[in-house]
Amino acid sequence: MDITEKDVAYVADLASLELTADERSRMVKDLGAIIHYISRLNELDTSGVPPLAQIAMLNPLPAAQPERGEASTLREDQALPSLDRETVLQNAPQQAKGFFKVPRVISTGE
Amino acid sequence: MDLKLLTVASTRSAIEERQTTAAALVEQFYVKIAAEDKQINAYLTLCRERALAQAARIDELAGKGDPLPPLAGVPIAIKDVMVTRGVRTTAGSKILENYIPPYDCTAVERLEQAGAIILGKVNCDEFAMGSSNENSAYGPVRNPHDTSRVPGGSSGGAAASVAAGTSVAALGSDTGGSIRQPASFCGVVGLMPTYGRVSRYGLIAFASSLDHIGPLTRSVKDAALLLQQIAGQDPRDATSAAVPVPNYLDEMQRPVAGTRVGIPAEYFGEGLDSEVRALVEKSIDLLRGAGCEIVPISLPHTKYAIPTYYVVATAEASANLARFDGVRYGFRSSQSATLAQMYRHSRDEGFGAEVKRRIMLGTYALSAGYYDAYYVKAQQVRTLLARDFEQAFAQVDVVLTPTAPTPAFKLGEKSDDPLAMYLADIYTVTADLAGIPGISVPCGVSQSGLPVGAQILGKHFDEAGIMRVAQALEHALANQ
Repeated sequence: MDITEKDVAYVADLASLELTADERSRMVKDLGAIIHYISRLNELDTSGVPPLAQIAMLNPLPAAQPERGEASTLREDQALPSLDRETVLQNAPQQAKGFFKVPRVISTGE
Repeated sequence: MDLKLLTVASTRSAIEERQTTAAALVEQFYVKIAAEDKQINAYLTLCRERALAQAARIDELAGKGDPLPPLAGVPIAIKDVMVTRGVRTTAGSKILENYIPPYDCTAVERLEQAGAIILGKVNCDEFAMGSSNENSAYGPVRNPHDTSRVPGGSSGGAAASVAAGTSVAALGSDTGGSIRQPASFCGVVGLMPTYGRVSRYGLIAFASSLDHIGPLTRSVKDAALLLQQIAGQDPRDATSAAVPVPNYLDEMQRPVAGTRVGIPAEYFGEGLDSEVRALVEKSIDLLRGAGCEIVPISLPHTKYAIPTYYVVATAEASANLARFDGVRYGFRSSQSATLAQMYRHSRDEGFGAEVKRRIMLGTYALSAGYYDAYYVKAQQVRTLLARDFEQAFAQVDVVLTPTAPTPAFKLGEKSDDPLAMYLADIYTVTADLAGIPGISVPCGVSQSGLPVGAQILGKHFDEAGIMRVAQALEHALANQ
């Protein structure tokens, strides 16, 4: 299946990327080639084969219930100390009054 | 003291016997890094203060004649995808150029608790996405055996530092081969433990169902000594397994004779370099000589592993990398009037080409209309790949293959062709997809002096089994 400029624009939008014109045309070519290669999976009949999302589901311990998507272990649900606000904010590009600061969310439409 | 010859055990005993101090050793390593690493480009950030503080603690114990912890004074490099409190962690990406994590990765914390000394953070492909270390925003790493060649990837800096003698051991991460393939290219040992054996807490996520932390070392024994410390359940990683951790060195003492070693035909077909084939076949002969039973086997779905991997890994990556949006940490573009623009511009300017390619591919595979055709299909084939191994391990104890189809290739040789680059992982991705452990052990050098690795794969949680065979091969090669 071919990948078009339109596909690339649509997927970039979903992925919160913009991409330059050069990047977009390169992406049409690269994604096209990779998806063509991936399509060889269709040679296999996988009807009735369960999908494998997590290896932990292959090695369930007695307490785990893989049919409910549980991993092999669950810890007690208890509140433990976490990072304090100042520490959490220390890598923020912009902060104000103990919050992350960002550009305006809704465009004013001017 | 030749830093290139130090092992985990010999470093510890040199300090224990007061032949040197941990502090003096750390200084020697920093001198060597300053003199030699410009050419290799393995280190991105040194953490001198932290290293010397830890060295002082070890020297105090040694001075009092107190018992030393198991990794006392062992200088270790950490791949820059594991977060380190107060020490810059970039993941090889511009988007994290100034990121100073507020907490430590569990594996790093456990190494330090065992007395190891963290020298610094080492280069890698951006977000561990690559097979040559050419995708780093901080420049490529060069192979210490031939600086015109790549060290492999994505743990290229980790492998190169161990090979160059600018660390005694390193921690890397493996999602599709990123520990074992660079280990093979650089002539060191690289161990990927079973999925869930080592906590992923503090490992910057690439593909959560495939990511593993493991050691790169100069010997199989060193890999076992590091694994001993980092293995085991961690309440901060729900996928870390509640499986007891054996004493690896004790388990490896058991005789290797009688071990059934499976040789899968699919790993010796088209695309395998003839010199690599010859060296791996010699390894098979040596193991036969050590009393192993060599059994031809088949892993019939092998040729579907790379396409499966590039759907599953990129789908998970597209979700994991959504967190890099310029809000809480990392790079923020200044060119934005609105929040939506800020997300886009920060990601556009912060991510490199391969990372964008994989985010796009993963987003496409998960998008409406394609989810079943690509993502679910790949997960089903992943089941078939896991079953291949299940059936193989009903017949044999371990599986032996080449680690990579070729020795280290030249810088630039594959960097314009993503598919050709992906095929560098053709023999390693299968173990990540099946969640089984694998180790690459050096098995000789090509005529032009480039290292070649043999890979040994085992059953879930049988790290001891693959290390036993790897060590037998290591000994047989040394004594031939």
